[in-house]
Amino acid sequence: MSSYSVTEPSLRQKWFAGSLVVLYALITILPLAWIIATSFKSPSDAIAYPPKTFFTPTVEGYVNVFTTRTRLSEEQLQALGEPTTWYDTLVRKDGLVISGPSRFAERFTNSVIIGFGSTVLCIVLGTAAAYAFSRFRVPLKDDLLFFILSTRMMPPIAVAIPIFLMFRSLGLSDTHAGMILLYTAVNLSLSVWLLKGFIDEIPVEYEEAALIDGYTRFQAFYKVVLPQAATGIASTAIFCLIFAWNEYAFAVLLTSGNAQTAPPFIPTIIGVSGQDWPAVAAGATLFLVPVMVFTILLRKHLLRGLTFGAVRK
Amino acid sequence: MAEVVLENVMKRFGGTLALGNVSLRVPDGSFVVLLGPSGAGKTTTLRMVSGLDVPDSGEVFIGGRAMKGLSPAERNVAMVFQQYSLYPHLTVRQNLEFPLKSPLLKTPQAAIDRKVKEVAEVLQIAHKLENKATALSGGEMQRVSIGRALVRNPDIFLMDEPLSSLDAKLRADLRIELKRIQAKSGATLIYVTHDQIEAMTMATHVGVLNEGRLVQFGSPRAAYEEPVSVYAATRLGQPRINVLPADLFAGAPAGAKSIGLRPEHIVQGDGEEALVKRVEHLGDQTRLHLTLKRHDLITVTDAHTPLKGGETIRIRPSQPLYFDAAGMRLA
Repeated sequence: MSSYSVTEPSLRQKWFAGSLVVLYALITILPLAWIIATSFKSPSDAIAYPPKTFFTPTVEGYVNVFTTRTRLSEEQLQALGEPTTWYDTLVRKDGLVISGPSRFAERFTNSVIIGFGSTVLCIVLGTAAAYAFSRFRVPLKDDLLFFILSTRMMPPIAVAIPIFLMFRSLGLSDTHAGMILLYTAVNLSLSVWLLKGFIDEIPVEYEEAALIDGYTRFQAFYKVVLPQAATGIASTAIFCLIFAWNEYAFAVLLTSGNAQTAPPFIPTIIGVSGQDWPAVAAGATLFLVPVMVFTILLRKHLLRGLTFGAVRK
Repeated sequence: MAEVVLENVMKRFGGTLALGNVSLRVPDGSFVVLLGPSGAGKTTTLRMVSGLDVPDSGEVFIGGRAMKGLSPAERNVAMVFQQYSLYPHLTVRQNLEFPLKSPLLKTPQAAIDRKVKEVAEVLQIAHKLENKATALSGGEMQRVSIGRALVRNPDIFLMDEPLSSLDAKLRADLRIELKRIQAKSGATLIYVTHDQIEAMTMATHVGVLNEGRLVQFGSPRAAYEEPVSVYAATRLGQPRINVLPADLFAGAPAGAKSIGLRPEHIVQGDGEEALVKRVEHLGDQTRLHLTLKRHDLITVTDAHTPLKGGETIRIRPSQPLYFDAAGMRLA
């Protein structure tokens, strides 16, 4: 049987292939599962040795990630009276009271604004540039494309100091706009290259047909090219978002009080007595949610595959 | 409903000449078939008229109006591409509606529905209207593609081998249908094909292109009976015209290099002796493959001929066409 065989695989082959996939999935998901489990542990369970696989779950970590707490003496606690909410009750048993919200929600919002903002910008600019490179005779096209890609040939952090200085003199340090611009600049090369590949695959005949059918070039692009490039745009958007969402080094260097994103913030979550691991894990778990939701929403486009068959080649 | 005029149209793609100084007048309401092998400039001519490509020099006029600077949308032409080029993300109905919904036409929905229904019935695709365009067979895709041109009322129809991927029955039906639609609407139609039957049955005019030049333009009968050159003569005729040295038969005029004989223009019974190599019974006619002084030729004869391979017959030309050394027809 050749490797090009299209015959139905035998049951044994299916089992073997299936187990490989399951094994890979388990290995990938294990650290993730551990983080999620830790987020539901109590601080002492989280640092217990040997590590605890079974434990009594608590949402203390989630309460802690959103709040700051203060330790009070017995008399002070009694003076406060009975706790009024379930989360008050939860922290009161450790001799603590909630003294205010933490900055997690704020940092998380920053991540959403900057991550999605730069992704949208990346896709808009990337699609426009990719379309131009794909359809028009651009002078020095190949050189320009190589130049665009070459911006990714060094680690972006290598230019951190110049960017830091530039941002300072432009007043972009620690602003949302600055971070959106920066992440867009880093991601744009990837997005142009990926999208150009996808748009190249769409036969130009479709646009020509639309031009003759009475549409302008822009309308043809909007009505005919964009829907067919949806697959490519979705996968490119996921790549861009994941990069911007997880970026750490620039965020540490260029943001602080105002535009700080979640990645530099999460590790700094410190409880009343030392590092609060369940709170860190809870922050990390919540941080995963938007990217997962985004990916699941766009999964349909990823799986649908490229259009084929309507143009005779 | 407009006359199309090409005036000294020239187009190069990179280094290759696609069209060289083509001048052509397509009368209003005519059905013009462009003939020629691949690369002769047929598709390029259509693209010049549609505005998808613009001439390097020369001018295109539609209905007396210079087309320079006008986009395809502004020219009111419909085009059926050689590739089906249905919009794959749309259903058949949406594909047919697409031109009517353009910002130029902005047809009201009731009129769209009526028109789509009408065209779908003519093209026998009414039962497939809600299908995705990609879920059709090749023939169905091509019919939708033709339908997308028919839903509008353009001045000019441009069709690039629209029937080439259809089966014989459907092709025959659509040939008649296209001719009927064209006659009814009075639209001008420019049509590219390799198919002789399409050319002979549908065309009011035939244009023969060779390497980017228009070598003959006239009625299909004139193109068949009075070709201007060997090249033009070989464009039409199935089996192809026999081109033989002129001195094979007596009576060649001075300067004749070759003689062109349509298979049906060979009379049997007297003249030169030829060997029958092969006899092909096609049903309605029989083809004879002959050898005459080491030259092969084909003629047609009675369907029930008793002739067999290996026998000899005598043949002589009737209505011969003579060509000079350059391949041009001698008057």
